[in-house]
Amino acid sequence: MSGFAQKHKKLERNVTLLSVAAFVTVAIGGIVEIAPLFWIDNTIEKVEGMRPYTPLELAGRNIYIREGCYSCHSQMVRPFRDEVERYGHYSLAAESMYDHPFQWGSKRTGPDLARVGGRYSDEWHVQHLIDPRSVVPESIMPPYAFLAEKDLNAGDMVKHLTAQRRVGVPYTAEAIAAANEDLKAQADPEAVTTDLVERYPKAQVRDFDGDPDRLTEMDALVAYLQMIGTLVDFEAAEAQEEPR
Amino acid sequence: MDTLLLKAGGWLAVVFIAFIAMVLAADAGFAVHMAIIALAAGITLWVTINKADYAAIGRGILKAPTDPGIYDDDPIRWGVIATIFWGIAGLTVGLIIALQLAFPVLNLNNEFTTFGRLRPLHTSAVIFAFGGNALIATSYYVVQRTCRARLAFPDLARFVFWGYQLFIVLAATGYLMGVTQSKEYAEPEWYVDLWLTIVWLCYAAVFIGTIVRRSEPHIYVANWFYLSFILTIAMLHVVNGLSMPVSLLGSKSYAAFAGVQDALTQWWYGHNAVGFFLTAGFLAMMYYFVPKQAERPVYSYRLSIIHFWSLIFLYIWAGPHHLHYTALPDWAQTLGMVFSVVLWMPSWGGMINGLMTLNGAWDKIRTDPIIRMMVLALAFYGMSTFEGPMMSIKAVNSLSHYTDWTVGHVHSGALGWNGMITFACLYYLVPRLWGKQRLYSLRMVNWHFWLATLGIVLYAASMWVAGIMQGLMWREYGDDGYLVYAFSEVVTAMLPMYLIRATGGLLYLAGAIVLVYNVWMTIAGRQRDEKPMTETPHNEALDKPIVGKPAVAPAE
Repeated sequence: MSGFAQKHKKLERNVTLLSVAAFVTVAIGGIVEIAPLFWIDNTIEKVEGMRPYTPLELAGRNIYIREGCYSCHSQMVRPFRDEVERYGHYSLAAESMYDHPFQWGSKRTGPDLARVGGRYSDEWHVQHLIDPRSVVPESIMPPYAFLAEKDLNAGDMVKHLTAQRRVGVPYTAEAIAAANEDLKAQADPEAVTTDLVERYPKAQVRDFDGDPDRLTEMDALVAYLQMIGTLVDFEAAEAQEEPR
Repeated sequence: MDTLLLKAGGWLAVVFIAFIAMVLAADAGFAVHMAIIALAAGITLWVTINKADYAAIGRGILKAPTDPGIYDDDPIRWGVIATIFWGIAGLTVGLIIALQLAFPVLNLNNEFTTFGRLRPLHTSAVIFAFGGNALIATSYYVVQRTCRARLAFPDLARFVFWGYQLFIVLAATGYLMGVTQSKEYAEPEWYVDLWLTIVWLCYAAVFIGTIVRRSEPHIYVANWFYLSFILTIAMLHVVNGLSMPVSLLGSKSYAAFAGVQDALTQWWYGHNAVGFFLTAGFLAMMYYFVPKQAERPVYSYRLSIIHFWSLIFLYIWAGPHHLHYTALPDWAQTLGMVFSVVLWMPSWGGMINGLMTLNGAWDKIRTDPIIRMMVLALAFYGMSTFEGPMMSIKAVNSLSHYTDWTVGHVHSGALGWNGMITFACLYYLVPRLWGKQRLYSLRMVNWHFWLATLGIVLYAASMWVAGIMQGLMWREYGDDGYLVYAFSEVVTAMLPMYLIRATGGLLYLAGAIVLVYNVWMTIAGRQRDEKPMTETPHNEALDKPIVGKPAVAPAE
């Protein structure tokens, strides 16, 4: 038997040595690949316009996660001609910098949603979610009619925003204190929302589900869908659009 | 008596705490989960204080041999049953969601039965419930035999089994209620993750403890793989599961990392759930059961050393290939691609070591359907570990990513490699664990083999075609310089492929049901009256001299 097999016998006879050696071996790759992402500055571009989610958008995003939308919809436009023409500007790392967890997805059973915000009307989204095939006959998406029937029960948004701030999302103290009011105000056409819009620039304030008397899960999900990919102004950022 | 009191008090405390948490829960999902935990702790409490010998009753239900033998095989018998049960459940849900893609009406217009909630149920049921139980059961079996020692900490070994089942139940019910972290293959929420961490550390203690007690000087190669699988899964699970609960009385949490860092952490986890759960762990099964069934030693000791260390070193780096052309920095993508391609070599090292173990016993592929299953598993292992590196090349990935090609690739690995090697091991284990002479029917193993093989072929072939078609249609430009197909047209084109895939899944499930029947009858102690799989032809009527005619004509 050759030398290296002889030396290996040491490891084979000692479970502690074997465990430590195996653990060190498997730890290296992750350390080298993942750790630098936290301290290499240009991992995330500096762009104008990114802000934390409004409480209603966050509640909608939580419904998006709850229903497993990521199983079939990506939120990551790759820098290819066909994808940019089909979906819009390719996605930047900065656009998901406040996404705990990320929703890039891995499969496109349905189309990418990274730029779906503002592309369709609220009415279209509501109708499509209630009965997808009534607006897209070829669709194989499950119907989500129950969202329109369920009142939004998002929990205490102050706690949600606090948890978000603990993992690094820069919510201000006022934003956290006003979280529960902001949740309701964003879908209430009657509400005074100057503070809300100041806190969350580009926040869309209106009734989303066509039923202004109620705040439903549909309101929250549509509010989220309508803002995905709308924060960064790519018209203004023309200079950055150099091909990678 | 004091320990009994302490134990019972502990479980009673768990019941109370879970009950209070249920009452104060911030959301319905958390309340249901606390009720399940209270119930589980209550049952454990009952079993602890009740004098009845539940181990014996359990053995009675499972018709286990009364003489437990020198090895501690009870938890392995339970594990075999659990593996089969969750396997059928996972495959059934898989078939349902495959049909939902072809016939969306099967979503039943109900929040609990939509594709989005059932899909993690399917993936977790097959990977963690079916695969996980198979790994835990076989590792208990293999580590005892190769170390010639009984399981260390027998109570802990039982706790690992039941604790793991509780984890599965919490995860599965959570998905149906929409309790999810949305990280693929790591969907359970923070408190379920914590529970799994506890169970997993106990599993590591039982496994390593048994190795420490070994009476063989060497640690057998299968145990290296089990060991690296247990340690690495612990590391991956803890890091990827890091999250901030919104409330200690609610299910919702937010992941510790965001965006690009979260994405790479997730796929570092996700790819190595494949690499260590579905590869290293199952290679450990291969390293014990293939040589045993073939009655030949492992082909090459040196190859097993080289391919073990290179496999576990390289696999970890391959995660970024799930994020090609995304917002992940290019350097990380390229690194991931290079290591993925290099990974092809140690993967095939394992395949070669397994296949060449049959040297001198190749005829068994014809005569022994269990060996045939093992060989098929290794062939699919080799095929998917070639396909994987190919798909991780950025140019190929630009076409294959986001398509059903990935789904086909995963299933050729999962159905072909993990499924078939597990079934082969179950067929090996059942007669031995229940002290039977042989399986109820070898011919049924043959039926299982062909049903499954045909199923995989339909599945993989349809998904290759579907994926490549999808990728090409999405990027197709006409002479006018515009995209030719709307997204919805591509969806329509997928229908025939989805139907063929569902047919493949149905055949695979049918094969597994044949296994259930076969195992059931074997445990019941029956033997099917059937023609043996091979016979060397012998015709007694012809085995005699021809009467009345001399063999050689006499010379004139």
